[in-house]
Amino acid sequence: MKKSFKHPIALEIVTALIFLAFLFPFFIVLINSAKDAFQITVDPLGMPQSWSQIAVNFGKIWSNTNIRYPQSFMSSIIITSLSLVAITVLSSQAAWVLVRTKTKLSNAIFLLFVAAMVIPFQIVMFPLLSWFRSIFMVTGIRLLRTYFGMILAYVGFGCSLSVFLYHGFIKSIPFELEEAAKIDGCSRFQTFYIIISPILRPIHATVVVLNGIWIWNDYLLPLLVLGVGNRIQTIPLAVANFAGAYVKQWDLIMTAILMAMIPIVVLFLAAQKHIIKGMVAGSIK
Amino acid sequence: MTDKQENRIVFWVFLTPILFAFLMVIIIPFFIGAFYSFTNWSSTARAGATLDFVGLTNFTESFRDPSFIYSFLLTLIYTVINMLAINVTAFLLAVFVTSKLKFKNIYRVGFFIPNLIGGLILGYIWQFIFNNAIPSLGDILPGLSFLGDPGNLVLGNRSSALMALVTVGTWQYAGYIMMIYVAALESVPAELHEAARIDGASNVERVRHITIPMIAQAFTITMFLTLVQSFKQFDVNVSLTAGGPSSMFMETPLLGTELLALNIYNTAFVRNRMAMAQAQAVIFFLVLIVISLVQVSINKKKEVEM
Repeated sequence: MKKSFKHPIALEIVTALIFLAFLFPFFIVLINSAKDAFQITVDPLGMPQSWSQIAVNFGKIWSNTNIRYPQSFMSSIIITSLSLVAITVLSSQAAWVLVRTKTKLSNAIFLLFVAAMVIPFQIVMFPLLSWFRSIFMVTGIRLLRTYFGMILAYVGFGCSLSVFLYHGFIKSIPFELEEAAKIDGCSRFQTFYIIISPILRPIHATVVVLNGIWIWNDYLLPLLVLGVGNRIQTIPLAVANFAGAYVKQWDLIMTAILMAMIPIVVLFLAAQKHIIKGMVAGSIK
Repeated sequence: MTDKQENRIVFWVFLTPILFAFLMVIIIPFFIGAFYSFTNWSSTARAGATLDFVGLTNFTESFRDPSFIYSFLLTLIYTVINMLAINVTAFLLAVFVTSKLKFKNIYRVGFFIPNLIGGLILGYIWQFIFNNAIPSLGDILPGLSFLGDPGNLVLGNRSSALMALVTVGTWQYAGYIMMIYVAALESVPAELHEAARIDGASNVERVRHITIPMIAQAFTITMFLTLVQSFKQFDVNVSLTAGGPSSMFMETPLLGTELLALNIYNTAFVRNRMAMAQAQAVIFFLVLIVISLVQVSINKKKEVEM
């Protein structure tokens, strides 16, 4: 290591090689998405004979009845975006009143949110299902296998970290700002939505990025709440469902993986500066 | 309406929606779960059916269940190796990409990309690499044809399959942890390094005596994140090995790479022992709290010493 510091060229080459090694699995996915069932079996490392096969495979995945790509993609978009809107709006307004209200109750509620951050998913997942089932039997409100239940679950699981992040940030906003707003005739509601929320923009970004990556990729929670073979399925569920039904049909599995990765990688490359900054800020807080 | 009244109304209006979701999804199920772990609850029981209180039976049975003990020990081993692998890799990468490299921003983005894609999908990619791509290396380099032997499959052997889980876990998470180290490294004042260089300190000495103590706080965070991440690993486990290959422990056949999260899931849905799985989840929760508290307090102590 000492030597490579003195010769940046050597370090440049070492880093470039590691970089290529990191991206190599994605390269494998790409070349194998352009092969047919026979070629992928006999030659998984070679370049494809004809790249046009990738279009054929795309078409097969697009119309496959297990993966139902267009519908699954839409479901993932709906679940992720609505959950993110709910988490940012509801957590930020809650954190704000928790910071600005100095009572024992307010403090206790905040501590409850913080304490809940250590609760692992495993301990609540089985009772959550039976609880949601009981709610349906008593009230008739369907929470399992519905968008509403899925989004409610994400808001519940995402809120404690989000409230904590907003709370830390709002503490640093001077109270004088709110007093000035009051003198100018703002109600408390207006003060939050007109004055405070825009100031929270950097922390909104952190909350959206951290929760967005988690929700988009999550597998276990949708598996439990939405179930298998449901009309509503997210992309990870669709891929798992497909890989289970088409065991060893690697040409199609690779294509499904490629199609699942493309949107998020494109989004990331478009906004990578903000995304990385948001994720790091979230961890250091 | 007085200010006080307005504040109280706004307090509850703003707080109630999130509190509702929080109670519905975390707090109520948490207590129901703690209660269920002391009963004979089963998946076929419906709401209103009688639950019998069975005391600590689910817990004592868990500690006699070979697959649970095995997964527990395996998860501890996996967690230690995975934490080390991720942190060493991430720290080295962070040192590299904060040096004067031409393409350092491109490298950072590249190292980060696996973190954007869910563990489930990453596991499938590597299953293909280990089961199909690596065995076919022999076709290109005849000297490696032994890799094509079914007995030499990486995922076919328990120890190498565990290492495969570590490989994928590291590949997935190192880029994120690297970013935290990068932020910490960039906050170390350059004058310190300058002064040490004038005093004749070597590169390695500077890393050891300046960089590492200066970023001690970052280690507390990265250790905590990787500890929790490794201990809770589920997605990669499902898609890469599905718990396999089969193995023997305490004279019982079981799954050789079934980590705790997957073991609890299988106990509930494959072995249909809901109450026992819930008790195991409670144990999982308590152990996770204890070891993460120990880790954070050790790191905090180190922060002060350095």
